Amino acid sequence: MIDAKQVLHVARLSRLELEPGEVEQMATELSSILGHIEQISKLDLDGVEPTMHVVPIDGGLRDDEPEPSLPIEVALSQAPKANAEGFIVPSPQA
Amino acid sequence: MSAADYEVTIGLEIHVQLATRTKMFCGCETSFGDDPNTHTCPRCLGLPGSLPLPNAKAVHFGLMMGLALGSKIAPRSIFHRKNYFYPDLPKGYQISQFDEPLCDGGELGGVRLNRVHLEEDAAKLNHAGGTGRIQGSDASVVDFNRGGTPLAEIVTEPDITSAEQASEWLRLLRVTIRQLGVSDVNMEEGSLRCDANISIRPKGQAELGTKTELKNMNSFRFIERGIKAEVARQVAIVDGGGQVTGETLHFDPRTEAITSMRSKEEAHDYRYFPEPDLVPVVITPDMIEAAKAELPELPLQREDRFIALGVEPGAARTLSWRPELGDLFEAELATDGSQPKALAALITNELLKRIGDGEVTDSKAAPGSLAQLVALTAAGTVSSSGARTVLDTLFASGGDPAAIVEAEGLTAMGGGDELTPIIQAALDANPDVAEKLRTGDMKPIGVIVGFVMKETKGRADGKEVTKVTRQLLGL
Amino acid sequence: MSDLTSIIREQSATEQIAAIKSGALDARELFEAYRSRAAADTFNAFTWVADEAPAALPAADTPLAGLPVAVKDLFSTEGVPTQAGSKLLEGYRPPYTSTAVAKLEAAGASMHGKTNQDEFAMGSSNENSAFGPCQNPWDPERIPGGSSGGSAAAVAAGHAPWALGTDTGGSIRQPAAMCGLVGLKPTYGAVSRYGMIAFASSLDQAGPITRTVADAALMLEHLHGADSRDMTSVGLREPIAVPSRESLEGLVIGVPAELTGEGVEEGVAAAFQVALAEAEALGASLETIHLPHAEAALSAYYVLAPAEASSNLSRFDGVRYGNRVEDADGTLLGMYTRTRHDGFGPEVKRRIMLGTYALSAGYYDAYYGTAQRVRTKIAGDFTEAFKKVDVIATPTSPTVAWKLGEKSSDPLAMYLSDICTIPMSLAGIPGISIPCGTSQGMPVGLQLAAPAFGENLLLGVAHALERTLGFDTGGAIR
Repeated sequence: MIDAKQVLHVARLSRLELEPGEVEQMATELSSILGHIEQISKLDLDGVEPTMHVVPIDGGLRDDEPEPSLPIEVALSQAPKANAEGFIVPSPQA
Repeated sequence: MSAADYEVTIGLEIHVQLATRTKMFCGCETSFGDDPNTHTCPRCLGLPGSLPLPNAKAVHFGLMMGLALGSKIAPRSIFHRKNYFYPDLPKGYQISQFDEPLCDGGELGGVRLNRVHLEEDAAKLNHAGGTGRIQGSDASVVDFNRGGTPLAEIVTEPDITSAEQASEWLRLLRVTIRQLGVSDVNMEEGSLRCDANISIRPKGQAELGTKTELKNMNSFRFIERGIKAEVARQVAIVDGGGQVTGETLHFDPRTEAITSMRSKEEAHDYRYFPEPDLVPVVITPDMIEAAKAELPELPLQREDRFIALGVEPGAARTLSWRPELGDLFEAELATDGSQPKALAALITNELLKRIGDGEVTDSKAAPGSLAQLVALTAAGTVSSSGARTVLDTLFASGGDPAAIVEAEGLTAMGGGDELTPIIQAALDANPDVAEKLRTGDMKPIGVIVGFVMKETKGRADGKEVTKVTRQLLGL
Repeated sequence: MSDLTSIIREQSATEQIAAIKSGALDARELFEAYRSRAAADTFNAFTWVADEAPAALPAADTPLAGLPVAVKDLFSTEGVPTQAGSKLLEGYRPPYTSTAVAKLEAAGASMHGKTNQDEFAMGSSNENSAFGPCQNPWDPERIPGGSSGGSAAAVAAGHAPWALGTDTGGSIRQPAAMCGLVGLKPTYGAVSRYGMIAFASSLDQAGPITRTVADAALMLEHLHGADSRDMTSVGLREPIAVPSRESLEGLVIGVPAELTGEGVEEGVAAAFQVALAEAEALGASLETIHLPHAEAALSAYYVLAPAEASSNLSRFDGVRYGNRVEDADGTLLGMYTRTRHDGFGPEVKRRIMLGTYALSAGYYDAYYGTAQRVRTKIAGDFTEAFKKVDVIATPTSPTVAWKLGEKSSDPLAMYLSDICTIPMSLAGIPGISIPCGTSQGMPVGLQLAAPAFGENLLLGVAHALERTLGFDTGGAIR
């Protein structure tokens, strides 16, 4: 129900590299799980509203009041690659 | 076929950075031009475990925009996640709105709106330059200061039919938003950004052609030129028997070249779903009332009001689309409301000429002095050409118009007796002209008027000179 | 057995706090005893243990009197490794502390260790940890349950008096059951999620894993509360009382047919029946009820949770924190895919793939949209049930803890083991697991569920049953 081609497409969307052997295995596992999940498509859900949060939450908005930001050295401290100004990444244009 | 055989259809998507103090979903201050990565926190860096908190002011500004643009305000508005990977997007998704935007529909200046919704801005990628080589390829440095700045996205219906209209409408949108005070709307600083969806179809064809999306044109000039270039490209394709491909394009204002961005982005599947870290924002009647209470008079309303005062439509538009000029006009009118049309003309023609690319505040004219000058002109105390000289002085150093007229000897001359000898001298000095005028050919009258103006230092009135000349020549 | 070891074995957190307050117990000595036990832990329950007691322990007059607490590694803790069981986050030290931990610390708790877990809380066995599986102190050849397996193992082994866990589809209740402990998943929104690394945002809840119901009540009292940093937090509507209920007179307990029949291990079913009989003996009446969408809830969960997770885990891209792996060409795409390939374990990848697929163009309505409607239905099932009954009882898990490696080759079988806990998670209602006996020599858990915000009711009923069931939660402490 989900083939290798779809697996590769979804892997690409997820930015996951899969090795050749992993593609087939993933297709088999996902198909088995999806096969079980499919049962919900048999339910009669006409007119049923989707629920995001079941508990009523009247979330308030935040006032537009500044809060302290992190010092730059703290912000950059966990970066795998950074210079004094920011986070370094391979250029998207490369 | 030629370009004239096609109809052009344009829809715009405009992103406006909202002038809140803090970001859309965190308490970091919004900034421009500060040292990189000095306005970040766990939320806007997308640190694990951080959660978004919507900014009430951004919602308020969004409501003001929706109300000003005649949108329907949703009683309940939902944020969605738009999922894609890019280094300027710290969470791997942008919190945006999808099928339940804050404001639905609307209209401005004859262009229908699809929606106005809120979202967060991306961070900024800067080229790392020579130092940041990563295994032989270029590197970029991510600066998250801008990341998370509140944006309102305004989407029009495809109601625009030319590049000129697009640019003109965008100016109206900009001044409207500026008047609302919800954004700086500065294209150079990126607080106003525009993408255009463009298609062409043979005249008379009902269905729209395939559209392309022209991205991020960062000045009004580029928008006009970019759209024109894209329309020309599409016409060439269709004329050549080809088909336009729906794709995202980039306009290079230096070369005017249009290039596809497709190679750098793959087919998008944003996997929108309701942001589970947030609950729907409920728009209460109080929130709508608060937004309504802060709506100023909008440029189009002001334009209509000025026209009703008797101001020429062109001048009324200039005054209302450049609110600082409109404000000056209204302040002067408050000191003497007798000559709105002439006052508007003085400001939008003569004063604007002197301001040039500068600011209204460059003028040293004291409050009320422009209205006085208009009154002096209307009373015939100073000629229109004399008035321009007075304005030069007012603009450069201020002062009292009446006193300037007096001091510079600009008092308008009366008619007949005073003018007769000067005109006679002019005719004597230009016998060819006098001869032509005698035959009824009035074309060279300007020579006589110019002579008289020179002799009188502009105090004479041009019409009066013409009248006396005709009398002298027995015409 | 030294005095401290016997105190650790015999006393609940509540009792230890009382002893510190009375001066009978020295908080610093107790902290050091737990700390050194945690440091010598052989069950792989901890991923970080404090080097020493803090210079100043919270005072004895604070509510929690400086008592140590073990914290699941899913909670951000400033300056302390927070790795969520993932290789991708190995060595990550956040610049801020989660609200839940900050609240416990403000009440006088002192964190002495971070506990092992399934990577990003995805799993039911703690085998999906980049830092190795955790063992069950009752039988080291068995799993402790998951995903909060380290938290449960730490408490069961006496390496922590109590622990903080998280529960998305059963991750507190199931390991508590498998380690013979009390585990409480509060009402969704009762405890702030701020700083808790998100798995499935609409389901994640923090809660206690403890030796007694009273301990769970005490920790919850200091955990819950609306938090201005989490828009989805609402807190509880009343303070958490010290549970004191002894009789169940007048209480109606619903027993859902769908969760107590087929598929439940014989010994588990037997222990469950004993617990029900004890409840009746205390005055409760039993009523068979139906949750018609319980099975669909499991399927819906395995759409909703992976879908949210696929998006929540997109931030792990090797840019701002965590470990980066670059490809040979130095491309951006290569950095993303290598980082995530090397950094995520197989279960996380599987769920990201499943969730991405469920949200992708053309499938959203069939999967995510449908699953959200199933959530409406299962919530409705519970609403209907609670018109007839006060609380609902099920086994927490259909089986006791299985052998390490036994189910790891069959993801679907692993998913199906969450059948009893997931319906409550989808409905957002509170659930508690208390030990109710053994099967194969391993602890069995009884799950009780109450309507949203019914924590006091739930804790009271659990307390009354705990007294009569008399399970020794210190049975694995050596």
